[in-house]
Amino acid sequence: MEKIGDFLIQEGPMKKPVMGNVALVRAMIEASVRVVTSYPGSPTPEIGAAIQSIPSEKNPLYFEFSVNEKVALEVAFGASINGHLSCCFFKSVGLNVAADSFVQLSLMELIGGMVVVLGDDPGAHSSQNEQDNLHIARMAYIPVLEPSTPSETYAFFLRAAQLSQINRMPVILRLTTHVCHARETVSFGKWQPQPRDDTPRFDPKKHGPYIPITAQVFPLKRRALKKLSLLSDELDAPGWHKRLDNENPTRGLITHGTCFLSCMETLEGTSHPPDILKLSHRYPLSTTVVLDFLRSHSQVLVLEELDDTLEKDIKALALDQGVDCRITGKDDVEDWIGEYTPRKVQEILHRNWPDIVPPVDPVATASFPRPAQMCPGCGHRSAFHAIKKALSKEDITVADIGCHTLGFLEPYEVGQVLLCMGHSNGTGAGLSLFNRQRKVVTFLGDSTFFHAGIPGIINAVLHGHTHTLILMQNDTTAMTGHQEHAGTKIAIRKILEAIGIQHIFEVDTYRQKELTQAVKQAMEVDAFSVVIARHPCMLKWTRELRRKGRALPSPVQISNRCKNIQRCIVHFACPTFQRKQDGAVEVQRELCIGDGSCRQTCPVDAIEKTPLPNGEGESS
Amino acid sequence: MKSFQVFLCGVGGQGIGMLSEILLQSVFFSGQEARGVDTHGLAQRGGTVVSSLKVGRSFSPLISEGEADLVLALERYEAFRALELYAKPGSTLLFYDTSWQPLGVRLGTNAPLEASQITSLAEQKSVKIVRVLEPQLEDPRMQNTVVLGHVFRLCLIPGVQPTHVLHAMEMLMAPSLFARNRILFEKILSANPPAGGAP
Repeated sequence: MEKIGDFLIQEGPMKKPVMGNVALVRAMIEASVRVVTSYPGSPTPEIGAAIQSIPSEKNPLYFEFSVNEKVALEVAFGASINGHLSCCFFKSVGLNVAADSFVQLSLMELIGGMVVVLGDDPGAHSSQNEQDNLHIARMAYIPVLEPSTPSETYAFFLRAAQLSQINRMPVILRLTTHVCHARETVSFGKWQPQPRDDTPRFDPKKHGPYIPITAQVFPLKRRALKKLSLLSDELDAPGWHKRLDNENPTRGLITHGTCFLSCMETLEGTSHPPDILKLSHRYPLSTTVVLDFLRSHSQVLVLEELDDTLEKDIKALALDQGVDCRITGKDDVEDWIGEYTPRKVQEILHRNWPDIVPPVDPVATASFPRPAQMCPGCGHRSAFHAIKKALSKEDITVADIGCHTLGFLEPYEVGQVLLCMGHSNGTGAGLSLFNRQRKVVTFLGDSTFFHAGIPGIINAVLHGHTHTLILMQNDTTAMTGHQEHAGTKIAIRKILEAIGIQHIFEVDTYRQKELTQAVKQAMEVDAFSVVIARHPCMLKWTRELRRKGRALPSPVQISNRCKNIQRCIVHFACPTFQRKQDGAVEVQRELCIGDGSCRQTCPVDAIEKTPLPNGEGESS
Repeated sequence: MKSFQVFLCGVGGQGIGMLSEILLQSVFFSGQEARGVDTHGLAQRGGTVVSSLKVGRSFSPLISEGEADLVLALERYEAFRALELYAKPGSTLLFYDTSWQPLGVRLGTNAPLEASQITSLAEQKSVKIVRVLEPQLEDPRMQNTVVLGHVFRLCLIPGVQPTHVLHAMEMLMAPSLFARNRILFEKILSANPPAGGAP
């Protein structure tokens, strides 16, 4: 077996078929990055996993999953102004959390260099929106390199690191979901381990000021804008943008990132294809390169995923320069929505150039949708099943981010509103104002508690809000792949007590009756109350058991006492329970982990543990 | 020339990630260009996982609807949906016939899928179907190796040989896991004399 962590620190050059996220880590190592920070979130967690797979004594990178994205960014910033090349990465919406510090970065002299890697999510594959982070980057005057493949991810990171170090400014590497997760063969260069230099080089007299207050802001802003303008020329060095000349003086197409790949798929074999300019970055705009392209075509289509910042910049440039070229871009509202897959790009190109691109074939409607589900044995399922019994129809439930968000789905339908990580206690407090008729119950996961949940809780105590928080504690950051969180070292209950919460209930979620009771009691309290609904993540537990070579408990079975009441399948709804053609319920033994949390849901006690083959009682 | 496009699908937890990684590495060992991508979002939580693999010259790793030359599915409902959306006329659908019912079926809002629905849709779309099952399998997590075995028993991926697959498995699996999966893979390969080329 070849471990990722071993080849990442191989000194010689090599060719490997790898994911974008893994190619990125090799680039960090070759660039001599010293400090890497993050908070887990799709599509980026594999970056952390790849770094952590390097044997710790040989790992050239200091790495931490910080408590949230803002802290991660600040740790990387602190390292950079002390002279270390640093990098922080997180998912698209993570930038919102980090924004308060992020927008200051370009004002600072980052003497070690710093690369911010964003995992944007066009198509909202695993996020609560598909925001285009180019807007935030522009607001902060930070350039954005946009690779389209794992090979470019590797090459563009090396470049971003170099530009950042030379210019002492932040540079963004903007990945998207299908760049992070794409796999292809990447040719890596050599890595020569450098001797570490731990000298703390922070020097506000020489490189500062680092305090941007009132009038101090202007020289810093001036410097940021000058750096950006100087960098624009450097960024346009030959070889980074791609220009494909198809000898078409009429039609040109300007694009970026993975839309370029979709274009190439669509236009392959087409007669009279347009000339194509694929930009390695949209911000800052490469005016010389773009002007040259505009001037050599009479029509140019800007094909841009998500929002239309590039299109607007190009149109403004053409207007300023009096360029005689018809520039088109987004037209229909759908052009702002979703990933620019080959199919979507074909639709757009057909609309613009029906003579060269055929229409797409209609797609059959898909049967049997399969929404994500809580895993077999998940403690959250027991929790939602029990909590639902404590709620009346009019009560309001506020979801938060984590595996427990899935409680909003049928058949539980607990969780009716969601904004972002840690919003639930602020939103819940607002919902409880002037409201004596409908009880408000909020949810929060344990990793999110530390990430962004604590201020909302303190606020509830401070202002005497009266809703009930159910803290879904599974002792890990489950949804993103079981990263450790602060709760392993700092007890949540102690924090709640220290905040001054008087009414704290704590129940293992497998004790469903007790949990229902605790929630009822907590909701009766005329003050902010908390129920800690606790059960370890069973997916993590299952994997650890298997890793140790131990067998799982035997699956449950349905006895002849079954009266086909169907509470197990329709109300508890563990995926293990399936429906036979005749409507009876059966156990899918491949799925059941033998946890038995379902047994208490059956009114006639028909779900049994499987007896051991020798007949000596039940397995456990 | 267009690449040979393999669309893979299953349910989170079935091992689609490992299967696609083995295939991609195998294509790499065969000396051909390989490009792929997993789309899994919240996949670990029992949702659909899809992965694509392109063998030969390509740009985007994504496969468009109706463009797959070969569909590999680890589960019956996933096989049916991929047949509806991705299999192109004349392609092959190979699926492991286990059933992990989606939510609608379990709640009783959709009727369960019947085997005849897959056969008749495949006939209508001129897609060849290969249904595989290994009822005596000691561990359901080895179902992806069963699928892999049948893919190479039937020589369904041009230019890739079982030796490339074994090399990839050895590289990607822990030694004890590789040993068990190798036995299974070779058993399935030799269950029938391999056919004389890609269909």
